[in-house]
Amino acid sequence: MAEFCLGLALLLLLMIVAGLVRVLRGPTAADRMLATQLFGTTGVAILLLLGQAFAAPALWDAALVFALLAAVAAVAFVRRVGTSEHARREDNRGD
Amino acid sequence: MEIRELLAALLMLTAMPFFLAGTLGLLRFPDVFCRLHALTKADNLGLGLIVLGLMVQADSWQAAARLLLIWLLVLLAGATVAHLIARQALRTGQNPWRLS
Amino acid sequence: MTLLSALFDLLLLATLLWLAWRLLASADLFKAVVLFIAFSLLLALAWVRLNAPDVALAEAAIGAGITGALLMVALGRLSPEDACPHRLHPTLGQRLSAPLLISLAVPAAVAILLSSLLTLPETAAGLAPLVTSHLAQSEVAHPVTAVLLNFRGYDTLLEVAVLVLAVLGIWCLGEAQVLTLPGSVSPVLLGMTRVLLPVLVLTGGYLLWLGGHAPGGAFQAGALLAAGAVLWLFAGQMLSSRWSDLPLRLLLLLGFQVFLATAAVPVLQGNLLLAYPPGWAKTMILLVETLLAGSIAAVLAAAVIGGRPACAPQSFPPAGQADEEKQQ
Repeated sequence: MAEFCLGLALLLLLMIVAGLVRVLRGPTAADRMLATQLFGTTGVAILLLLGQAFAAPALWDAALVFALLAAVAAVAFVRRVGTSEHARREDNRGD
Repeated sequence: MEIRELLAALLMLTAMPFFLAGTLGLLRFPDVFCRLHALTKADNLGLGLIVLGLMVQADSWQAAARLLLIWLLVLLAGATVAHLIARQALRTGQNPWRLS
Repeated sequence: MTLLSALFDLLLLATLLWLAWRLLASADLFKAVVLFIAFSLLLALAWVRLNAPDVALAEAAIGAGITGALLMVALGRLSPEDACPHRLHPTLGQRLSAPLLISLAVPAAVAILLSSLLTLPETAAGLAPLVTSHLAQSEVAHPVTAVLLNFRGYDTLLEVAVLVLAVLGIWCLGEAQVLTLPGSVSPVLLGMTRVLLPVLVLTGGYLLWLGGHAPGGAFQAGALLAAGAVLWLFAGQMLSSRWSDLPLRLLLLLGFQVFLATAAVPVLQGNLLLAYPPGWAKTMILLVETLLAGSIAAVLAAAVIGGRPACAPQSFPPAGQADEEKQQ
């Protein structure tokens, strides 16, 4: 079971690496930001699996913290000042 | 408990296609709104199946309840963030992709 | 170490290095910020693999959440030209010097690290046996907390002083600007905040209590409370000037001052600094940790706001006008 969980965690880590491509390519700011949402959820899954693999309940607490804070950066992105002017300029420019 | 472990392993294995779908959708779908749609599959079913698999072999009901809480929080945060990002994208003038 | 865990570590390491390169080399600052958030998430996983769940908790809370919000706010205050700088056109000397320096420095660093790695013993217990043998004396059950707040309490005291100085430094830079967009907040965001805020406060308290016997503690709890405060601020709330004047400043200093007092009291009794009286250590540590969590939350939230409260009676952060965008 431990090896199985570790194998699944490895697969999920590969998916995070794949998702990074979206952050790099964009093209809009929203694209980059929503990739972090995937990283947050996959990170929670990885931490849960690692906690099971190494019998460490502290990692489940870390997963809880991840889950709670996943939203904070995204909320800051959506609600920051200067966003409409700058974002419109950036979206038109592309990347 | 062989049956429990087998069931848990099966549930966690079934979660992988959903995470894969979420990642593939993130990479391949044509615009922000479609990608958000793909992401929430990983949030709901992907993480849900993993949590379910772990709950099946949890030591106590408190541990199982903690796992459930983590999933519910990720659901809440994921849904809200998806809505907010989509709203933001619409406001900054992005139009949804149309099959033309 | 099994094959799977070795593969996991290798992939994590390679991704961290590659991410670090990409985010430093990125010309677009927003892309760099998002890459940094991803970097912090993966770094938390690295701490987990290094058997440091306390640090992983802190990294997840502070690095991914709070620092992400802080950098977003800072980005919003840059003018658009500063945020997307034009590509530089380096001279020939500049073009040559970078590869030259890198081809000299990197092999040298790798050689030094490898040679010191080879001289390390097979298994090193480190200071763990010493800490474990004195754990009962520290009156806390968790070795990390014992080290942080008892055996090496001096370091933690100075760290908290650094945090207070950081807020002072940020406040010297300027007044707080408008933090969020004026206008209506999405009811979905308000609903999520209404649910998350109590959960964040509860989880902060849980981690604070947990710190006595498991990974957790004041910094992690403070970071969670700060995340709650940041959500509260981004939902459109502000501190009225009545609270941002004296009470805020008291809260920022409270943790440090109480910690300093508990450290100084033994000195007045003729003992060493931070030598807790026997039997009192657990109570004092609990008191210090609780107040530290509150102070750290205030410090991190003030850092995200990014400026000092205005002198005139004004809310903190200031409210924006509904009809015009305040860019600077």
